[in-house]
Order: sequence, then structure tokens, then C-alpha cells
Amino acid sequence: MTRVLLESLEKRYPGAAPSVSDLDLTIQDGEFFTLLGPSGCGKSTTLRMVAGFIAPTRGRILFNDRDVTNTAPNRRDTGMVFQNYALFPHMSVRANVGYGLSVRRTPRAEKNKRVDRALQQVGLERYADRRIDMLSGGQQQRVALARALVIQPSVLLLDEPLSNLDAKLREETRAEIRGTQKAAGITSIYVTHDQAEAMAMSDRVAILESGRLHQVAPPREVYHRPATSFVARFIGRSNVLPCTVLAIGSDTVDVRLEDGSLLRAPRVAGTPSWLAAVGDQAAVSLRPEAFTMSVQHGAPSLPEAGELEGTVKTAEFTGAVNVYEVDWNGTELVVSVPDAEDRAQPGDRVILAPHPARVWLVAP
Amino acid sequence: MSSLVARLRLRSGTTSSDRFIYWLAVPLALILLIYIVIPMFATARTSLDGGTGNYAGFFGGNSGRALGLSVGISVVSVITTGVIGTALAVLLTRFDFPGRNVLRLFAMLPMALPPLIGAVSFYFLYAESGIVPRFLAQYFGADPSAVSANGVLGVLLVHTMTMYPYFYLAVASGLAGSDASMEEAALNLGASRFTMWRTVLLPMLTPALVSGALLTFMVSMASFTAPQFYNVQTLTMQIVASRTSGAYELAAAQSTVLSIVSILFLLAMRWYQNRRVHRSASKGTPQAVKVLHGTLPRVSAGIGSALLVLILMAPAAVIVLLAFTVDGSWTVQILPSEYTLGNFERIFTDPSTLRPILVSSQMAFIAMIACAVVGVLASWVVTRWKGPGKGLLDVMVMIPWALPGTVVGVNLVTAFASPSPFNLGQVLIGSLWILPVAYFVRFLPLVFRSANAALAQIDPSVEEAARNLGAGSWRVLRTVTVPLMYRGILAGALMAFIQGFGEYVASVVIYPARFAPLSVEIYNRIYSNEFGTAAAYGALQMGLILIVLIISQRLENPRAGGIAALLRRRRRPTVETPLVGPIPSSATPLPIPAPEPAAPDLKPVK
Repeated sequence: MTRVLLESLEKRYPGAAPSVSDLDLTIQDGEFFTLLGPSGCGKSTTLRMVAGFIAPTRGRILFNDRDVTNTAPNRRDTGMVFQNYALFPHMSVRANVGYGLSVRRTPRAEKNKRVDRALQQVGLERYADRRIDMLSGGQQQRVALARALVIQPSVLLLDEPLSNLDAKLREETRAEIRGTQKAAGITSIYVTHDQAEAMAMSDRVAILESGRLHQVAPPREVYHRPATSFVARFIGRSNVLPCTVLAIGSDTVDVRLEDGSLLRAPRVAGTPSWLAAVGDQAAVSLRPEAFTMSVQHGAPSLPEAGELEGTVKTAEFTGAVNVYEVDWNGTELVVSVPDAEDRAQPGDRVILAPHPARVWLVAP
Repeated sequence: MSSLVARLRLRSGTTSSDRFIYWLAVPLALILLIYIVIPMFATARTSLDGGTGNYAGFFGGNSGRALGLSVGISVVSVITTGVIGTALAVLLTRFDFPGRNVLRLFAMLPMALPPLIGAVSFYFLYAESGIVPRFLAQYFGADPSAVSANGVLGVLLVHTMTMYPYFYLAVASGLAGSDASMEEAALNLGASRFTMWRTVLLPMLTPALVSGALLTFMVSMASFTAPQFYNVQTLTMQIVASRTSGAYELAAAQSTVLSIVSILFLLAMRWYQNRRVHRSASKGTPQAVKVLHGTLPRVSAGIGSALLVLILMAPAAVIVLLAFTVDGSWTVQILPSEYTLGNFERIFTDPSTLRPILVSSQMAFIAMIACAVVGVLASWVVTRWKGPGKGLLDVMVMIPWALPGTVVGVNLVTAFASPSPFNLGQVLIGSLWILPVAYFVRFLPLVFRSANAALAQIDPSVEEAARNLGAGSWRVLRTVTVPLMYRGILAGALMAFIQGFGEYVASVVIYPARFAPLSVEIYNRIYSNEFGTAAAYGALQMGLILIVLIISQRLENPRAGGIAALLRRRRRPTVETPLVGPIPSSATPLPIPAPEPAAPDLKPVK
């Protein structure tokens, strides 16, 4: 039953840009919360501050109402799964999993019972007495998870726990971790640079870049309603086009692109389109699948308002969809449309009509 | 104090509030201050008693000449060891010939010679009354004085034959690590073999050669045993002579000058090592070994290596041989004529003969325990400490490694002569306790270094995992860190034990009159012509060293798939977490390119 609160958290190293700056986050009880971002975005630093391995330069960390900012790591009651698992190489699987319970002076009988149950949970009961170096990577990963869960921590911290596994195993383990976490109902903070992992597992995702928080939202919202152009580009593929806000209606925002084309975006509470003012510089995010594309055979018709005209540079058949690179006034747009008889060829002139609901205004 | 440090640390902001490391660092710094730093300053202060007179005449008088002699001998030693060590390394890594493997084994033999025993054996072999000159005189009519090594020449011979492994090991590992395709590229681009060596291999070997040279120079400057046997008045000899004649202030001045020179070299070495750019770790073509073909070359190579093996094993063989001779029976013969097992028997039955062994083993054991405890804690603090002052601690631990044994002895005698607040009122002169203290000071760096090497193998996140699971710092150290380091600790501690067991140079300055340690007793026995007993002591020591070397080897190369292998496989660089960044420089072994972290390369400080 733990809610984690980060208040104006900041980490600076002398002579460098802040690793994390002014971070405010609330992680709800039982939530699977992911810190997502490219290398060096500060996600691991944040996690290590929550674990207590790094002291913040400023700000507070609270577990429920308890301020743990200055609490030693061993008194925080978190369970952490490390990127390289950090198993104790001189102990057996059982001793590894039981370590936290020994430290807590759990009576032997109960300890054995809990270790057995934890090993059973991760399917390693037959390996209890193995040495760590006799396990495969995936098994080691599960030992690390069991070791962190068996102490029933108030918060589970996972630092890229899947990055050392091969692709197939990663997907299996992903579901396993998620299942185990839900069953235990432990508040979890997960760090990854892999957006697929973040989207598949999380209740909510926080996207960080250069120590700055860009957006906190459920995976679908992050994908469909990115807050900034960085998020739009980082999650999935997107054509992000700079624009100027022209007019604001009750539920729409009209923008003008750099070439003068006009686009209309929905106006949704709590998003950049809601906060925009006339004259603002912003950007629109257009997913590759947000277009309908028509090939201009013979006499060209002029594009109407809300349409973009360009020339196909490359065409790629990938199965379900065709992916085109379309040159639009010197900017390259990526467009994916379901495969059909009427395929465009390189050199064809095309008109792209973005689906009105999927023109999304983002902060630049 | 601790709150100040805590604030410092909060500002540098590296880890959470955990004062544990300071609880270790403060007593550690205190121990290092009392036994290493303050004694050094005590000597410097004593040297100034009665003004600067001891320094004013320094460069003109005996001391100046002695310093010049020491430097001269050291420079020549660097050259001779460099030539022999490098030649041997090239020969053994690049050529295949009959006897290569045997030669390889025996090339390391000088490492197994205890310092005093090394000098003794060379004296018995090559000095004017030694076996070789006598042999040449009797069978070839040579003038013994013309074919023997005496005086400075004798010292140089001992230095060359005992110190070449520094170069040999450095160059051999340098050559083994070099990529054959690079040499092939040079040849392919039109370089002649000579040009290739000059422009490709030599520059690549420079780090190895420089480290080898600095180390040899330091060890030569500290050499005492060889000059004593050949009666060469080096600075170390002068220090002991000054003390013997009661000129304590002069001895202190001489010690101080020698300390300064040695510490400068230590700093030069650290600087050079930190500056050194690491070679690209390209895994290229393995080195091709040139196989000698043809009968004549192979036969002559075989004979050559047999001769070399003979020369290399002669010192050890002489000691073993002498160990079985009747005391006083060897006078003018080439080889001793009367043999007995009585020497060994007497060692273990005659209380007065056994006593030096008991003294040395007990004192070395106490020192070993102290070295292990302090060395491991120091290594942990220096490696894991992120705050300021860590470099200072590192240097404090390593200073005794640079200080000649003679100087360590003088420092301790000066600092613990009378009660003062600086030595916490301890008077150690005339007490047995001064021996383990001296051994502790001298061999702490050994354990420190091998603990460092062991610690460098441990992923810091393993310790973090234990913290995270609720273990306090002390518990983490006890249940995770130390168990993972124990091989390294044990190897270092055993090495410290055998070093202490055979320690001579500092012992001779400080030992209490009634309790001569083993090495001093060996010297006394030789002095009174009891060669058999002396050699039996020496043979015992060599046996012990051999056992320890074998154990260390086992400890360093545990069964495949052991702890080390696991950690190696798992350690991946994590770019984002500053705490698991590059390993601090102190964790890397010193520039001595030893095959294993606990190589006995600190030993031959004579």
C-alpha cells in the first residue's frame, strides 16, 4: 500500500547539465509506472534516487507520508531488480532469494516457506541449490525478480531488467513480470529505453529527455496524444511539422504549416491544443497511418484545404501496408497505407489527406 | 568531524546519507598516520636536530658519495636488467626451440628467492671465494680475483639476476597482448623487420619498459643486502653505518633524502600509469611463434637453454646443497665435502636454533592479520569512496611500498623511541612488537593491492543489491564484499606472511637484542661460518615461498566458470549511471605487469 511521491526532485553533478531537473511525479499505489527515455535522460538516476543510492541535490521523495529523502537504502524497504541482476555469485539460488529475509531476521521456517513459494512463482523450484553461474540469463533474471519480491517490498524497482535477454525471452518475461506484479499488487517503477516494453507493460508512462519530464500518461494516450514533438517522435514514428496557431475554436485549433497549407486539429482539454494561443509556434504530429493517399493520374487537381501535395520518393511493400517516403516541399513525410491495387510508384504525384481526428497539436 | 564530512559528501552528492564509510576511514587514516606518516616526519625532524648541518655537508661528504653510488648502481641495474629481461621475454614469447618450456619456468625462479638468500647464494657462487671462481682457478688456472664478481660488480650481478623479472614480465605480457596483424601490416607496407620493431613494437612496449625501469630503479635504490655482502657503501649502507656509530641525526638526514627520492619515483610511476593510454583491445590474429628448424640451430639452442637453466637455478641449488653440509666443513674446496641431515634436524630440535623461526613466524603472522584487516578496509574505502581525500589515503597506504626497508626501520625506531602524543605513548624499541609493526607497514601495500584487484572484479551493483534488500553497510561488507574478495585477500595475506617471515632489511635496524628474527639469524650464522645452518634456514624459506606461490596460483585461477568468470561475463558498461562508471584508478593494479595481482614483485627490496 504505497504511493510514491517525487517533489521537485533534482540531481546535478558539478560542472554538468542537471541529470534530473525539477521532477514532480506521483506514482499510485499498486501502479506499474514506467520511466521511459533515451540513454542519459535521467531515468536511471531517478530510480536510483528512489532506491537511495544517489542523494538528490534538491527535492523530496515520499513513500506515502514518510519522507525517505535522507533514508539509507537498506531502510527504504524497496525491492530492486538490477540491469545485470547483481546476484550474489558466492551464494546458491536459495541463499540469494533468502538474503533479504535473513537480513530481516525472519524465522527460519517461515523464511524457507517464503523462499520456496517465491521460487515456485518464477518456476525455479528445481534450481534452488544451484550455483548462480550454472543458470541461464533468463533464469538469473527470474532469481533476481524472486529475490526482490520475496521480501514483499513496499515499492518494486526494476532497472532495465530485460535488456540482457534475447528478443523472444524478453517478450515472455515481460508478461511474466507484469503478471507477478499485478498478482502481488506492489507499486512498481520500471526503467527502460524500449518503448515497446513500456507500452506493453505499464499503467502509466513518464517520458524523460535530458533530465526533463515531457509527459506522464497511459500508453495509449502517450501514443495518440503526445504532449511534445519529442514524445511524438520517440514513441512510434511520426511526421512532426512546425506550424503557427492561426485561430482557436471551441473544439478545434487551426494552424498554418510552413508552406502555407492549413490544417485543423482537435482541441482537447489538458493538452497543448488546449493551452495554445493565437500566434504561438507549435507543431503538428501526423502518424504515418493518419493519411489517406490518392495518386494523381493525368491532369493534376489542386489540393484542397487540409491536404498536402507531394511526390513519392520510395515505395516499400511490407506486407499489410505499403510504406512511402513522400517529398513535401523538401520535407520527407512517411506514409503507410493498407496495400491495395492502386499502388503509387516513385515519381508519382500524390495528395495526402490527414484524417481530421488524427492531426495532433504538440508543443514544439 | 563526521558531520563535516557528511556535509562535504552531501554537497558532492553521490550516495545517500550513510556515514559508514567514514567510520572506517577515520580509524584507518589514524593508523596510517601513526605508523606510516608520522614516523616519516619524525625522522625528518630528527634530521634537523642541531640545525641543517646534516644537509649542508650532505653532497660533499660520504653521504653525497653514497647517494651518487646508489644512483649509479641503480641506473646500471636498470640497463642490465632491461637488456636481459627484454631479451628473455622476446626469446620466450617469439621463438620455439628445445628447452623453451623449461626455460620459461626457471625464468621466474628469482621470484622464489627470499631477498637475503638471493644475495647469499650469489656471494657463494660468484664472489672471489665462491664456487665458480674456485672451479675456474683449479681447472683452468684462472686468477680467482679476475673471474669473480666483487664490490660494485657483485652488487650489479645480484641486482641483474634478481630484478630482471620486472622487465621480463612487463615485456612478455606486452608482447603477448600485441596483435600479429599489426606487425604484418607494417611489413606489408614495406617496413623491414628492423624498422617494424623500431616503429611498431618498441613504441607499443614503451609503457612496459618505463614501468619496468621505474620499478627496478626504486628497488635498486632500496637495495641493502647485496651492498652489505659486497661491502659497497650505498646510501642504505651509510644509514645503517651512521646509526651503528651513534650519528642518529645524520642517519635521519640520509633516510630523509632517500625517502624523498623514493616517493618521487612512486609519484612518477602513478603519474605515468594514469597518463598511459590503454591499448585498443582489438582481438586480432594470434601471435605466430617462430619455430627453429635445422639440426644445428636446434642443438645449439638446446645447449644454450640448458646452460641458461643451469645459471638460473644455480642460486637456489647452492642454497639447497649448502643446507646439507656440515657447519665449518667448507673452507677452500670448490664444493663442500661433508654432508649431513643434521642441520634440518637441529632446526626443529635445538631450542636456540628453533627460536628465530618461532619469532619470525609469530611476528609475521601477527603482521599478516593486521595487513589483511587494514589492507582490505583501506582498499574498500579507497575504491568505494566518492568524496575528496581518497587519493591522499591511497598514497598513504602505498608510501611504504616506495620506502626502502632500511628507511622504514629508521622511521619506526625514531618515532617509537620515547613516549609522545604522536605515538600515543607507545615505546616499541627493545620490544618484540616493533617487528610486527615494521612488517605490517612494509607489506600492507601487498595486501592492499591484491585486495584492490579483487575488489575491481566485484560489480558495485552486487553490493547495492544487498543494501537494497535491507542489509546495513557492515553486513554488506561481511556477507557480500569480503566473501567475494577472499581469494585475493588470502593470496595477498599469504604473500605478506612469507615476506614478513624472511624480512631482513628493516629487521636488522630494529630487532630487539634477545629475539633475532630468522633473517638476522641467517646473517649471524654466515658471519660465524655456520653455512650449513644458515642455508637450511634459507631452504626452509624457499620451500615455504614455493608452497605459497602454488596456493596463490590456485587462488587466482579458480576452476573455470567460477566467480571471476561469472562477473566477467556479466559486467556491462552502463552509460547512464555515474556510480558504476570507470573503475577508480586505485583499483587498477600498479604498473607492475604481474601475471596475477598478488605477484611477489614487491619482494626483492634488499
